[in-house]
Amino acid sequence: MPAFRRTARSDELLFRVGTGAFALLLIVIVASIAFELGRQSSLSIEKFGWQFWQTDVWDPVAEQFGARPFIWGTLYSSILALLISTPIALGIAIFISELAPQWMKKPLVFLTELLAAIPSIVYGLWGIFILVPLVRQFELNTPSWLKATPLFHGPPVGVGMLSTAIVLSIMVIPFTSSVAREVLKSVPQAQREGAYALGATRWEAIRMALFYARTGIIGAVMLGFGRALGETMAVTMVIGNNPQISASLYAPQYTMAAVIANEFTEATGDIYLSALVEIGLVLFVMTLIINALSRTLIWSMARPGRRRVSRPVLKAAA
Amino acid sequence: MMRDRWRRGLSHTVLILSAASVLLALVPLAFIFFYVITRGLAALNLDFFRRMPAPVGELGGGMANAIVGSLIVTGLGSMFAIPIGVLSGVYAAEYRGTRFASATRFAADTLNGVPSIVIGMFAFGVAVLPFGHFSAVAGGIALGVMMIPLIMRTTEELLLLVPSSLREGALALGATRGRAVFTVVLPAALPGIITGILLALARIAGETAPLLFTALNNRFWSTDVRHPIATLTVQVYLYAISAYEDWHRQAWAGALVLVTMVFLCSILARLATARLERLHRGA
Repeated sequence: MPAFRRTARSDELLFRVGTGAFALLLIVIVASIAFELGRQSSLSIEKFGWQFWQTDVWDPVAEQFGARPFIWGTLYSSILALLISTPIALGIAIFISELAPQWMKKPLVFLTELLAAIPSIVYGLWGIFILVPLVRQFELNTPSWLKATPLFHGPPVGVGMLSTAIVLSIMVIPFTSSVAREVLKSVPQAQREGAYALGATRWEAIRMALFYARTGIIGAVMLGFGRALGETMAVTMVIGNNPQISASLYAPQYTMAAVIANEFTEATGDIYLSALVEIGLVLFVMTLIINALSRTLIWSMARPGRRRVSRPVLKAAA
Repeated sequence: MMRDRWRRGLSHTVLILSAASVLLALVPLAFIFFYVITRGLAALNLDFFRRMPAPVGELGGGMANAIVGSLIVTGLGSMFAIPIGVLSGVYAAEYRGTRFASATRFAADTLNGVPSIVIGMFAFGVAVLPFGHFSAVAGGIALGVMMIPLIMRTTEELLLLVPSSLREGALALGATRGRAVFTVVLPAALPGIITGILLALARIAGETAPLLFTALNNRFWSTDVRHPIATLTVQVYLYAISAYEDWHRQAWAGALVLVTMVFLCSILARLATARLERLHRGA
C-alpha cells in the first residue's frame, strides 16, 4: 500500500479547493477591473478633481477636460429610451403572460427575444443607413410651431438624440419585457381570480397583478436602464458625437461610452488617456449600482415566505 | 350603467394597446432583418470570404482576413473562458449554500452587467499597456472576460438538472465527490454545458466595442496572436462610418455574416438543450 494513499477526505478537499480557485478568479477579475480603472484614472482624478464633472470644455489639445456633456448625453439618451421602451415592454409582457392564447406564447417570446440577439453593430449599421434618413425626413417636415419649442429646436441633421433614443429603446425592450413577463407569471392566480370574483374587468385584474408585482417590474425597468447606459456601438454611430448639453432631441450629442470608443486609441498623452479612463470608471460604477439595485428588487420577490418567483425570473435577471 | 360601460371600454382599450405594443416591437425587428438580408445578400459573394480588403478607391475585395481574425480572437477567448467558466460553475453548483458560492455568483452577475467598452479598457490595461502594442491576445482576453459569467451561470443551472440519483449512485459505489462530479455528473450535463458555451459565443460573436482598442485592426493578412488583427465586427464598423459606397455595401455583407453566425450558435444551443432534456426525461 502506497504511503501517501489519498483518503476520501483529502480528495474532497482537493476538489473543493481546485474548483474554488476558479470561482475565486471571478471575484479577482471584478476586483481587478475596478483596481485597473482606478489606477489608470488616478492622474486625471488628482489633476481635475470635481472640476472634471462640472465643466463642459473637452479640448484634448489644450489638455482641458470637462466631462459634463458626456454624463448628460448618457443619462438623457437612456432616460428617453426608457420612456419609449417601458410602456411597450410592459405591453408585451402583459400580452404574452395574460392575454395571448397558449399556441401564440412561445413564438412571441422567441421573436421578442430575437431583438436581444442582434449585435449592437448591426443596430448601428441599420441606424446610420435606414433610421437616420427617416428621422431626418421627419425633422425636415416638423411644423414651425413645434420647432419653436426647445425640445425640437435645431437643424434637421438626422443624427442626434432622437435617433439614439429610438435605437436604444428597441435594444432595451427584450430585457425589460422578459423579466416583467416572468415576474407577472409569478403573481398567484388566486389574485386575479379574486379580482374577477369582485367583478373586475380584465384590465382591472391585470392592474392588480401589476401592482402586486411592482417591485419586480421596477427591477425590470432598471435592468433596461443599466443596459442603455453602457450601450456603445449603436449609440456612437447615430448620436452625432458632439459634446454639448442640449435639451433638443434634434441636437447631435455625445455619451460616455461613445467618447471612449471614439477617442481611446487616438488618446495621445497620459492625461488624455487618464481622463477617458475616469469616464469609464464612472460608467462602471453607475452600471454596478443600477444592476445591483435591479437584482435586489427582482430577487426581493423571490424571498421565501413572501412572494414566490419561479427560477426563470432569476435566470432572466442574471 | 355609465360607469360600467366606461370600465369595459377602458379594459378593451388597454388590451388593444397591449397587443399593439407587440406589433410595435415586431415592426423594427422585421425592418432590421429585411434590410440585413436584402442588402447583405446583394453584396455577398465568394470574394467576400476569399479576398483581402481592396485598397482605398478600388472596388471589390473581401474580408477574408477579418473572418479568420474573428475566429482566432473568439477561439483565444474561449480557450481562456471555458475552463474558468465551467469549473467555477461546478463549484457554485456543488457548494450551493455556502457564502463563498454566493459571492462568486454575485461577482458573475456583476461582471455580466459591466458595459463591454469598460471590459475593453480593462483588457487594454492588462494586456496592451504592459507590452506596448495591441494584439489578438488582448482582444481574446476582453471577449473571454465577457464569456466567463455566461458560461458559469448556465453550467451551474444545468448541473442542478442532473438527477441526484446519478450522483448518489456514484457516491454509494465509493466514489469521492470529485470523482462523482467529473466522471458521472459532468458527462451527464455535457450537452447543457455545450449549450452554455454556445450561448456565450452567440453573445460575444457580435461584440465590437471591446475589440476597438485591444485587437485594433489590421489591413493585412495576419494570424500572429501577438500582433493587431482584423475582426469582422470592427471591419463592419469602420466600413459603415467610411465615406465609400462600396465599403457600405460590404458592411451590409459583414452584418449578414455576423447575424447568421449568431443565429447558428443559438440554434445549435437549442439542439443541445433539447438533447439534454431527452436524456433526462426518463430519469
